[in-house]
Amino acid sequence: MALHPILAALRKHKSGVVLISMQIALTLAIVCNAIFIIGQRIDRVNRLTGLDEGNLFLVTQQWVGAPSGDDPAGVEKLDSMQKEDLVALRTLPDVASVASINSLPLLNSSSNGEISLKPGATESKGNTRTTFYFGDEQMLSTLGLRLIAGRAFNTGDIQHHSFRDQTEPSIVIVTKPIADKLFPQGSAVGKVMYLDGGTTPTTIIGVVERLQVPGSGSWTNNFAYNATLEPTRIDHNYARYVVRAKPGRLEAAMRAIPPTLYKVNPLRVLDDDSVKSFADIRASAYRADIGMAILMGVVCLILLGVTAAGIVGLTSFWVGQRHRQIGVRRALGARKIDILHYFQIENLMIAGIGAVIGVLLALGLNAWLMQHFEMDRIPLAYVLVGLVALVILGQVAVFVPARRASNVSPVEATRAA
Amino acid sequence: MFDYYLGLALRSLRRNKVLTALMIVTLGLGIGASITTLTVLRLLSGDPLPQKSARLFYAQVDPYTKDGYEAGKTKPQRLIAYTDAMNLLHAHQADRQVALALTDARIAPLRSGEHPFFSDGVMTTADFFTMFDAPFQYGGGWSAADDESRAQVVVISDFLNDKLFGGASSVGRIIRVNDHDLRIIGVLKKWAPQPRFYAQELGGRSYGDGDAVFLPLQTARAANMDPTNDDCWAVADITKLETAPCIWLGFWVELSSDAEVAAYTQFLSNYAQQQIALGRFYRPEVALSDLMQWLRNEKVVPDDVRLQAGLAFGFLLICVVNTVGLLLAKCLRRSQEIGVRRALGAMRREIFAQFMVEAGMVGLAGGLLGLVFAEFGLWCIRHQPAEYAGLAHLDVHMFLLTFLVALVSSLVAGLLPAWRASQLAPGSQLKAA
Repeated sequence: MALHPILAALRKHKSGVVLISMQIALTLAIVCNAIFIIGQRIDRVNRLTGLDEGNLFLVTQQWVGAPSGDDPAGVEKLDSMQKEDLVALRTLPDVASVASINSLPLLNSSSNGEISLKPGATESKGNTRTTFYFGDEQMLSTLGLRLIAGRAFNTGDIQHHSFRDQTEPSIVIVTKPIADKLFPQGSAVGKVMYLDGGTTPTTIIGVVERLQVPGSGSWTNNFAYNATLEPTRIDHNYARYVVRAKPGRLEAAMRAIPPTLYKVNPLRVLDDDSVKSFADIRASAYRADIGMAILMGVVCLILLGVTAAGIVGLTSFWVGQRHRQIGVRRALGARKIDILHYFQIENLMIAGIGAVIGVLLALGLNAWLMQHFEMDRIPLAYVLVGLVALVILGQVAVFVPARRASNVSPVEATRAA
Repeated sequence: MFDYYLGLALRSLRRNKVLTALMIVTLGLGIGASITTLTVLRLLSGDPLPQKSARLFYAQVDPYTKDGYEAGKTKPQRLIAYTDAMNLLHAHQADRQVALALTDARIAPLRSGEHPFFSDGVMTTADFFTMFDAPFQYGGGWSAADDESRAQVVVISDFLNDKLFGGASSVGRIIRVNDHDLRIIGVLKKWAPQPRFYAQELGGRSYGDGDAVFLPLQTARAANMDPTNDDCWAVADITKLETAPCIWLGFWVELSSDAEVAAYTQFLSNYAQQQIALGRFYRPEVALSDLMQWLRNEKVVPDDVRLQAGLAFGFLLICVVNTVGLLLAKCLRRSQEIGVRRALGAMRREIFAQFMVEAGMVGLAGGLLGLVFAEFGLWCIRHQPAEYAGLAHLDVHMFLLTFLVALVSSLVAGLLPAWRASQLAPGSQLKAA
């Protein structure tokens, strides 16, 4: 089909053409960037923690009138209180295992530091950032971590000290990213390193495949899986226990916790958040991301709908306006399919112009967002997919009015004028 | 004449119900989304103490070492150390000054059989209440002498007073906080500035409920209450935060004139130089930001909220472009009618006015619908678990703004179609009919 008549017609409807292509361009720019943001949020939310998350929950509690833990006697007293709790929890019928722990992935309460291969290297550039998890011999099995080298902690390894005591442990387990970074050649097991610029050597006894840090914000992006596990029960006036319920008994196990702990010692603070399933911890860590993704998704859908409606509206108007011309063309021998194609090609051209401008706008908007927000460069694939999607949207939207146009009878040529 | 245009517009809008509905819904959606996000943005970036914020300043000095320091580039730390807080406090160089940190307060129940609970606490100094305009329901605050003598006193919030004492005056009563008996000397009226400016960087949330207990800093520290946030620049014994190389306090001053602000900035610089001479400091940078500047520095408004507002306005822009297109289609379809009116003597500006009235009517209807959408949007936000959720309400300003935005956007959208309509020559249109 010759494009010339279409171009000639378009020139007569400049404002309509400009409006539709502008709308398509703006829609493309916004939808591409919104979908890119949605994609990034989904990637974040889908990150693995390394835990076996089902049936897992966390207990956070604080004692009232407990010793401060600033003197050895206080530390011992706190440790025996913690051990009493652990014993009581481990005997519950619905509980599979319990470990003392300081934090969990996505909990956003963390103790972070640095690892060096040299002693006494504080804040040096070559140091590796890490988070520290403190727990007892049941920590690995309760969390469901996968040990890929070396051994887990055993009862004899476990030490305990005050929250504020910064003694470095003699042995630790690290995650694979740390092992790979510190010892790119050969196994890390049995190797020595130094924590937090200290001078006491620490030996790696095991490597776990994956364990995420507790912080879920973007500030942890450069060390998201660098975790060091210490065989230590922390003694403080509060304590956290991670509990794995027997399969299918999660709720029952969670319900049993407060009465059991109050029975051991009623002088403690347990509130609504004290017993929290890991699913809840995950949901609250990512709530904002999921909310943003849903909102962006809804806005994109409405935008596409509005744009499609706009195309239907203007094309319908054009069809109405050109009734007589269509009739003449039909009378002169054009087939229905020719009329249909005419409007489809016309729309393809308008949408094409809009989409090309839209690609430039999308890249410009992305550059602006990168300047003002934490945002990466948008991959070209997103923009190209957006371009194709909008051209298809245009074709779908134009189909109904174009069909109506193709049904205009040749008799129209003789009417009205 | 206006009545006549209204009648014409109504008839025209009724003639093509689908197109009209499409325009109104599109505009309504755009306006609803913009007003919802704008309300949240305004709420979050609001002035917590409008009557006073210009006179309140956040002071920063930097006790960190030369590690990671680049002269002229490194901004001073956001918190200060205890030693500096006390030095600045005792220097009395401002009209008022206050040092503060947040803490978890463990409050023992008054009746047996109930369990103890946590509340948000503020460890601060005597000027806090007068400086931040915190209003008292019963009693009052403590004095600078109480600060120094570690008086066992506490000020509690209205909601804690309601919870523990059923709202009656509890002044003189004793509550047990972190295993220490404290005498209540004041009960605040409802007080929860939004954003919670004084809690920035101290480890608290930025919006939401106010704090429950307010204690003298040294009293709280003597009761082993720890700040929610601390940061140490060297290996530290954090059981003794007062002397440890750690920062954990925020410091505010009240200054009433530009001259005082300049003088206080000079005082801070001199202080830093003096500390460098003493060997305590390495970095000479200091900062003094007024309250709103401090909130901007802190980026207290979450990025996501700003992004949503941007998205909503992009959406509104597309809705307006869409409305222009549909209005144009509608009005060009009526070329013949315009031709007849022009032939009967209507002037161009009358045609123009007629179509602007029509656009304005679409705008008002879109605004009404937008209001419904905005109320729905805010209802959704109120049912989100965000800390600012409970505050999301449409106020009178935003209500009026909705209609202004609706009217302006529809009139802008109507400009092109109305102008095009008014440019039609009467003759050619009549011929065609």
